[in-house]
Amino acid sequence: MNNTTTKRNTTDIVKAGLAKRYARERRFKLMGVAAVSISMAFLAFLLISIFAKGLPAFQTTYIKLDITLEKKSLGLPEEPTAIEISRARYDKSIKKALLAQFPDVTKRKEKRMLYQFVSSYASRQVADALVADPTLLDTTASLWVLADDEVAALARQADYTLEKKDKQTEITRARIEELKAENRIETRFNWLFFQRGDSREPEAAGIKGAIMGSFYTLIVTLVLSFPIGVAAAVYLEEFAPKNKLTDIIEVNINNLAAVPSIVYGLLGVAVFINFFHLPRSAPLVGGIVLSLMTLPTIIIASRAALKSVPPSIADAALALGASKIQTITHHVLPLAMPGILTGTIIGMAQALGESAPLLMIGMVAFIVDVPTGITDPATVLPVQVYLWSDSPERAFTERTSAAIMVLLIFLIAMNALAVLLRKQFERRW
Amino acid sequence: MSKSAFAIAAALFVGTTVTHAAGRNHIEIVGSSTVYPFATVVAERFGQSGEFKTPKIEATGSGGGMKLFCSGAGVNTPDITNSSRRIKESEFDKCQANGVVDIVEVLIGFDGIAIANSVEADQLTLSLSDLYLALAKDIPNPDGSETFVPNPYTLWSEVNNTLPASKIEVLGPPPTSGTRDAFAELVLEGGCKQVDWVKDLKASDKSTFKARCHSVREDGHYVEAGENDNLIVQKLSANSNALGIFGYSFLEENEDLVQGSIIDGQEPTFETIADGSYPVSRPLYFYVKKAHMGQIPGLEQYLAEFTHEDTWGEEGYLTDKGMIPLSDEKRSEIGTAVANATPMTMD
Repeated sequence: MNNTTTKRNTTDIVKAGLAKRYARERRFKLMGVAAVSISMAFLAFLLISIFAKGLPAFQTTYIKLDITLEKKSLGLPEEPTAIEISRARYDKSIKKALLAQFPDVTKRKEKRMLYQFVSSYASRQVADALVADPTLLDTTASLWVLADDEVAALARQADYTLEKKDKQTEITRARIEELKAENRIETRFNWLFFQRGDSREPEAAGIKGAIMGSFYTLIVTLVLSFPIGVAAAVYLEEFAPKNKLTDIIEVNINNLAAVPSIVYGLLGVAVFINFFHLPRSAPLVGGIVLSLMTLPTIIIASRAALKSVPPSIADAALALGASKIQTITHHVLPLAMPGILTGTIIGMAQALGESAPLLMIGMVAFIVDVPTGITDPATVLPVQVYLWSDSPERAFTERTSAAIMVLLIFLIAMNALAVLLRKQFERRW
Repeated sequence: MSKSAFAIAAALFVGTTVTHAAGRNHIEIVGSSTVYPFATVVAERFGQSGEFKTPKIEATGSGGGMKLFCSGAGVNTPDITNSSRRIKESEFDKCQANGVVDIVEVLIGFDGIAIANSVEADQLTLSLSDLYLALAKDIPNPDGSETFVPNPYTLWSEVNNTLPASKIEVLGPPPTSGTRDAFAELVLEGGCKQVDWVKDLKASDKSTFKARCHSVREDGHYVEAGENDNLIVQKLSANSNALGIFGYSFLEENEDLVQGSIIDGQEPTFETIADGSYPVSRPLYFYVKKAHMGQIPGLEQYLAEFTHEDTWGEEGYLTDKGMIPLSDEKRSEIGTAVANATPMTMD
């Protein structure tokens, strides 16, 4: 009797508390869901704002002009070489073509405004067209040239009523309508963005210089940090005696991974530029500095990968008469390789997104020519983002977001590769 | 797999190092972030002709540029430094001591500093004195005694009763910026000097005068908004009560978002800055190492491009970017000096 009451009591207590416990569990789950949704919301906000801002940068506007190209007025000889054609200035011919297109413009101030209708890169485009087809000389050629960024922005807008009205934009709009009626204005995909280096004209600015700069910098980083990192990890894991010294080294490596990257930049400028006189702004120095930064990451990841290879494999190899080095190169290292590569790729992805140390060694610079080697002046993707965000022209805001998109795509690709390697080759024992 | 990839990478590494081991064949430019938007346009045009490589330009700030420029002569130092103020005596001496003896000074034009607010709000009419009283850290005691008191003002109407009764909130550049230096020198000092006894202080105790007249308040009414002028423009269009301080070129590019305040009766426009009537404008310079001419390919041609009438003239492409050109006489005088590579002297 007594026994059953207590039994019932316990059940009662449990039952009475059950609702509370369920509620507590629900709250806990809810908090988790809230945390996840808040971070997802931030991510979505970031991505949506970048994509919404950046997408216009992938479109560009061209205008067809009838440009009269007389050798005489261009200062070209009767039989001009390709180099002479390339070096001639075509700004005047383009201005004349614009005036011919809009003959009602006569006042000096209005003319100046009209001349800003096409990009200053148009001169280069005409030169390129002539180099490709010199027979166009001494004719009036219909050529598509790049429009100015502000014209492009207006031409893209379908709804004019949203914008504030001022006289100059009204005139520009009227001209765009006029060109549209004659099929002389066209919006195309912005291939130039992927073909050119930096420029002060937003419509002619491209990301290729920064992509190549990042590529050369990462090559240097990889070539230096991968072999050094793996060698250090193999030594520390397989050969090094366990003593005070190796303990100190291990603690130091772990701490180095947490050192702010700008410190490596300061080191880079003091050692590599001021002492070794390596060139400023070069991917060579950038790569060395970034490899200092990624080395700890690679060493730590490689050691973890080496450690996860079961000792029985090494023991078996040794028992069958393999030397220590054979055991490592034939068995341990290949089995650890997926882990090592994953760590390396993650380190590389970190290096790709880094800009602070590069500030110190002069890679934050205006560089037009696409770099062709590791000692050419270069800039990298995150730095290009920073530089464009700082430019006064409004169209650079779009370019900034577009550059962020390119950077994100590279980062996602590298991380996806790391995941793939892990999934594909990693073995669990 | 990793072996061959490594071999390719190593070959690339060695190959490029060898081919580029020879001397520098591009111009290196450092210096002011105010001159940067102009210098980069010139550099790009210069490079487009294909004859020479495009110069490399780093925005290090005027002071940082001078430091690099004066660190020595030789191809591993910059050829040119841009500056939004004249070279200081101390910097010139340091240059001389480090073997940078002959320096060619080029004054290229002017840049105005705009004090602007959102177009949603009313355009303000300010005087240098209003700005000084609103933004200085310490101001002369309002009761008339010859002492300084910490700035007591929180509303514009307290500074000058013709101004609106809104909170003093000014977004401006941090102390590292050349724009801030120019603002302190032109606006704060300009307003400071209008008080007679403070003006006398300049003659008697220069360092106290400078400390008093160049310090910006730090109690939240002046907000350091970073070096990014675009950010200031964006913040202004979001907050119609705030004022912002930035270069004229940014005002010109964003005229649909922000408007320049009238200062001492002058609106910041191309014309008022060019004729010197707008009080807040500053000179833009660059400095060239004469010893590098002939050593670095294209240096003379770059100078020629910069001082060409199509570049820095009244109808030149730099004026499209917001630079205010020099007078005709000044241009021809400096143009000749540059063509002859006449070294500067400190006087």
